[in-house]
Amino acid sequence: MSGVVSYLVFFATMAAILAIVVLGLNLQWGYTGLFNGGVAAFFGAGAYVTMLLGGRPEPGQFGGFLLPFPVAIAGGILFAGLLAWFFGALTLKLRHDYLAIATFGVAVALESVARNAEWLTGGAKGLRGFPRPLEASIADNFLYGLFFLALVLAVLAAVYVGLERLVRSPYGRALRAIREDEEAARSLGKNPVRLRLQSFVIGSMIMGAAGGLYVAFYAFIGPQDLAPILTFQVWAMLIVGGAGNNRGAVLGAFLIWAAWTASGFALATFAPQAMQLYTGPIQYILIGSVIVGMLLWRPQGILPERIGQGRR
Amino acid sequence: MSEVVLSLRGLTRDFGALRAVNSVSLDIQRKSITGLIGPNGAGKTTLFNMVAGALKPTKGTVTLSGADVTGLSSDALFARGLARTFQIPRPFRRMSVLDNVLLAPPKQTGETVVGALFRRGRVAAEEARIRDKARDILDFVTLGALADHPAGKISGGQMKLLELARALMGDPDVILLDEPAAGVNPSLARILVERIEELNRRGVTFVIIEHDMDFVMRHCDPVIALAEGRVVFQGTVAEAQADPLLLDAYLGTAA
Repeated sequence: MSGVVSYLVFFATMAAILAIVVLGLNLQWGYTGLFNGGVAAFFGAGAYVTMLLGGRPEPGQFGGFLLPFPVAIAGGILFAGLLAWFFGALTLKLRHDYLAIATFGVAVALESVARNAEWLTGGAKGLRGFPRPLEASIADNFLYGLFFLALVLAVLAAVYVGLERLVRSPYGRALRAIREDEEAARSLGKNPVRLRLQSFVIGSMIMGAAGGLYVAFYAFIGPQDLAPILTFQVWAMLIVGGAGNNRGAVLGAFLIWAAWTASGFALATFAPQAMQLYTGPIQYILIGSVIVGMLLWRPQGILPERIGQGRR
Repeated sequence: MSEVVLSLRGLTRDFGALRAVNSVSLDIQRKSITGLIGPNGAGKTTLFNMVAGALKPTKGTVTLSGADVTGLSSDALFARGLARTFQIPRPFRRMSVLDNVLLAPPKQTGETVVGALFRRGRVAAEEARIRDKARDILDFVTLGALADHPAGKISGGQMKLLELARALMGDPDVILLDEPAAGVNPSLARILVERIEELNRRGVTFVIIEHDMDFVMRHCDPVIALAEGRVVFQGTVAEAQADPLLLDAYLGTAA
C-alpha cells in the first residue's frame, strides 16, 4: 500500500514538472503561435545549469559549486532565457515551420554538446550528485517525497497563476492578436517582434525552471534527458489538453504522463520478453498516434480555448 | 482654408524589375474623402501599403501632419493617427469581436508584462474605460450585438465594419480604406457609408480605394486615378465625370 502511495507521489511529482513545461509551451504556441520544436533544449539548459551551480563537486569535473537551490535554479532559468533570447532574436522573424526547424536544430545541437563536452556536462554519463533543498532537515524518504511534491506543486501553481494573469490581460490579448494575424496587429499599433520575443523568452524560462526542478528531483541529468522525445511528449500533452487553455495544458500533462507510464508498465509486465526490447519504440509510436489522432478528430484539445463570452 | 494632412512626394516602389508605383506625388486635404481609383494592378494597394508603413518605399517621402514619417512601420504610424483597413478583411478570427476592438488603443498599461502582472488595479480601471469606448464604437458600426462572437464567424461585410471599428479605437486623423464596399451586401454597405460620412463630419480624413464607380462618384471628392503606377488624374468628382478619357482608358467600365 505504502508502495503504491510512494509511487503516486513520484508519478505526480514528475507529471507536475512536465505540466510546468507544457505551460511554458502553451504561452509560446497556444497564445502566441510560436512553434517551438526544441522544448528539450530549454528544459535541458535549465537543468544542466542548475546542476552545475548547485551540484556536488566531482574530481576533474567543472561545476559543482554547491550554491543554494534557489540560486542554482535561478541561474538555470536565466540561462534558459538567455538561450531563448539569443536564438529568438535570430529566428523569430521566421514563419511557423521555419521556426520549428530552427528550434529543433538548437535542441539537437544542445544534446550533442551535452553528450560530448565532457569537462562541462559529464558527457554521455551525465552529471549526478545534487543536494536537494532541505534534504538534511527531512530525514524520512517518504516525507521528503511529499515535501518535494508540495514544492513542485507550489511552483506549478505560481506559474499557472502568473500565466493566467498574463493571458487574461491586455498583454495576452496582444499575444493572441499576433498569433492570429501579425500584420493586422502591427497595423493596430502592436509591435510583433517585441511581443513574440518576450513570449518566447518567458516560455523558455518556465521550461528552464522545470528543468531545474527535474535535476533536484533525480539528482541527475544526462544527454538522454534532452532527447527529442521530450519535445514530442510535451507537444502531445498540449495538443491533447488544449492549446490556448492553461487548465488544458496541465490536464494534458497528467493524462499523457499517466498514459506514458502505464504503457511502459503494461509492456514490461504483459508483453512477451522478446517484445520488451522494443518498449521505447512502441511508446514512441503510441505518442505519435495520440498526436495524429487528436489533430484529426479533436484539434482543439479536451479543454479548448475559450473565446469571448465567459472568458473573463 | 484647406490644409494638407498627408503629403506624398516622388513615392516609388519596385518589386524586382517591376515598378509598381512610379514617383507618385499628391496631397490629401484634411477632412476630405479622397477616392483612389484605377484598374487592377495600377498600384493602389501598394501605394496604401507604403503610406501605412506595411511596405518600405524604394524612393520618395511621406509626410503626415507636417512630420516626415517615411519608412516608419505601421505600428508607429497607428500611434501617430494613421489607420488602415485591408482589401480582404483580416479580423483576429479566434478572438471575440469585442477583443478585436479592445486590442487597438495604443499604450495600454496592461500591454506590458510588468503592467499585466503588477499594476492590476490600474489595468482594470483602464480596461473599464476602453471597454466603454469599445462598446460605443461597436454600437456605432452596428456590431454591438455581436461583441462576444468569435470574429472569424461573422460575415465578410461585418468584418469590414469590424476593421473600421478597430481603426476608430486609435482616434485616427486619417483612415485608409481598401475597397470597403467590395463584396458587402447593400444594407451593410449603406451603414458603412453613413458611418464614414458621420466620421468625416467629425473631422476624420478618409482615403478610399474603390472599384465601384458609383460609390466613388457619390461619396468621394476629390478623386485621384492611378494607372501603371502613376497618377493620371487628380481633380474633383465633376472634373472626373467630365473626363471621357479617364473613364474609358483607365476604368474600362463607364460610370
